[in-house]
Amino acid sequence: MNLNLSYRELHKLAKDLPRANNAIKIAVLGNHTTNFFCKALENHLLLAGYDPSIFEGDYDQIDMTLIDESSQLYNFNPEFVIVFESTLTIKDNFYAIKSNLDRSQYYKQLSNKAKSRVSHLKNNNCNAKIIYLSYELIDDALYGNLFSKIPHSFYNQLWKANNALINISENENSFYLFDINKHLSGTTNHRDWPAYINSDLHYSIDTFAELSYHVTLFLKALKGNFKKCLILDLDNTIWGGIIGDDGIDNIQVGALGIGKAFTKLQKWVKELKDRGIIISVCSKNNEDVAKTPFLEHSEMILKLEDISVFVANWNNKADNIRYIQEVLNIGFDSMVFIDDNPAERDIVKQSLPLVTVPDLPEDPALYLPYLSSLNLFETASYSDNDKDRTLQYQQEAERRKSITSVTNMDDYLKSLEMVGTIESFKVEDIPRIAQLTQRSNQFNLRTKRYTDEDITRFKNSDNYLTYSIKLKDKFGDYGLISVVILKKINKTTFFIDTWIMSCRVLKRGVEFFALNKIVKDLLNSNISILTGEYLETQKNHLVSDLLDNLSFSKIDEGFKYKLELNHFNPIKNHIS
Amino acid sequence: METITIKDTIRQVLESILNHNNFEMHDELTAKDVDGWDSLSHMMIITKIEEAFNIKFKLRDLNKLKNMGSLVSVIQSKL
Repeated sequence: MNLNLSYRELHKLAKDLPRANNAIKIAVLGNHTTNFFCKALENHLLLAGYDPSIFEGDYDQIDMTLIDESSQLYNFNPEFVIVFESTLTIKDNFYAIKSNLDRSQYYKQLSNKAKSRVSHLKNNNCNAKIIYLSYELIDDALYGNLFSKIPHSFYNQLWKANNALINISENENSFYLFDINKHLSGTTNHRDWPAYINSDLHYSIDTFAELSYHVTLFLKALKGNFKKCLILDLDNTIWGGIIGDDGIDNIQVGALGIGKAFTKLQKWVKELKDRGIIISVCSKNNEDVAKTPFLEHSEMILKLEDISVFVANWNNKADNIRYIQEVLNIGFDSMVFIDDNPAERDIVKQSLPLVTVPDLPEDPALYLPYLSSLNLFETASYSDNDKDRTLQYQQEAERRKSITSVTNMDDYLKSLEMVGTIESFKVEDIPRIAQLTQRSNQFNLRTKRYTDEDITRFKNSDNYLTYSIKLKDKFGDYGLISVVILKKINKTTFFIDTWIMSCRVLKRGVEFFALNKIVKDLLNSNISILTGEYLETQKNHLVSDLLDNLSFSKIDEGFKYKLELNHFNPIKNHIS
Repeated sequence: METITIKDTIRQVLESILNHNNFEMHDELTAKDVDGWDSLSHMMIITKIEEAFNIKFKLRDLNKLKNMGSLVSVIQSKL
């Protein structure tokens, strides 16, 4: 994926790509010519490894398409509906309103429309997430800078409309706002006016390419594919100079020399860490020397406790990143590596092609603007739990150390003094549960992604049994780390719709602990059969034999399984 | 620039976007006559021609484009 592809370059690159086995279905509804946007989006999704199908709504028929229950949209059954309205069309509609009083309320019309679009989707049983593009802030230059005092000015209404869309987004789980303005402000000539008048092209084709790049990043995040870890080089990346040569008094950070540029980068990293991104260090240095600035330099923003995995040695950086990946147990494609040295970047790019390695500009003043322009850290969800993650990974590093001193796995597990809780979903856990369904790729039996709303629905339905599992041990509290959702098939049979677990607690016996409790629970409700299946993805090989290990028997040659609960023997584990 | 050079550049643009050369570069040629020259590829062709000649079509220019002959003369008038 590349931000700076022109429409034509994108077209060329995507043309001969084979389609991956990774379907994504998107509907695009607009009030202007959207076919270039659709085509560019399809191409970017192809480059990102998806097999996209795109449904393009009829020209300027957004509401008709959404209202009509028999419309092809619902037949198509999209996962995502993108609503892309051009402010130029909106402006014509606005000017058609005669009274200033009505004009001053126009933003309500726009936001009510957005709300009703969400309800149309729901009323037609469409579970698609709706991605709403914000209104481009185009000043019609009627009132100059007095616009903010003139409620009936068009520019004033656009600001209010965007604000109203934010309000909808805060309250409506399936509604996501995609801000178009921040992307347009970076591009010069984002509109080709002759082509607008001549062919109703509301943005230049290259702008459509760039917008679709950013929409693709967002879609990837919503599909559970997003960056989780930022790996930092140290010398000349997060401070100026070389700590081993220049010493602690001469490295540039904070007030010294060009230190301000590095401080700004560090502040951003710190904010990312607080948002839940795991920060790691990978530096060619002696470990104690590399750690000194973190411990002793008063102007360092980043402290050692912000770093989950700190690797400083003289090994190959690709090997060190492999080590970080092992400790964290996340995919290479969820890692970003920042290094000022092009040679180091190249080694990592070549050995670990899935790791994102931005080509940092040579000038440190441009580090942060460049990195933010790449928009690497799109995310689909946020929960307070994210904040605690660094500590949990540090604890994991501690556990790794103690695992080497214990040879017998049983003894080791016993020594952890694990305590588990299993309970049906609680309201306060809903965001974390939804997030787990979206984040977990490896220990995920069927890879069903759910929103907060879906989870609430399961929680309240008689047709579902829901379990969330929490774990703590002597090193710390993991919080909610596993989710099981069972769906009723008939009076005596339930089916495992979802079984996921955070990889931080792999090989601890959590799945045995959970199943023992679940079977007991089911037997109490006179349920005698539990069925399940393994749905293979590129990433969930880990659980291909989960059901075998849980003493299920195969129903057929495929991956369908069954467990007779009356014959179930509880499985040994060390969680109390 | 000579007509023949202009036509040759246009031909190269068309070939690179449409990936074929099943067309004759005569003055009456229109988009309808050429495989794959639809509204989507048209915008790519126009922007690539603008780049190739380092020109920018104005609204009046776009409005004059009826066939290959008019395209060549509009380009010529802007060089």
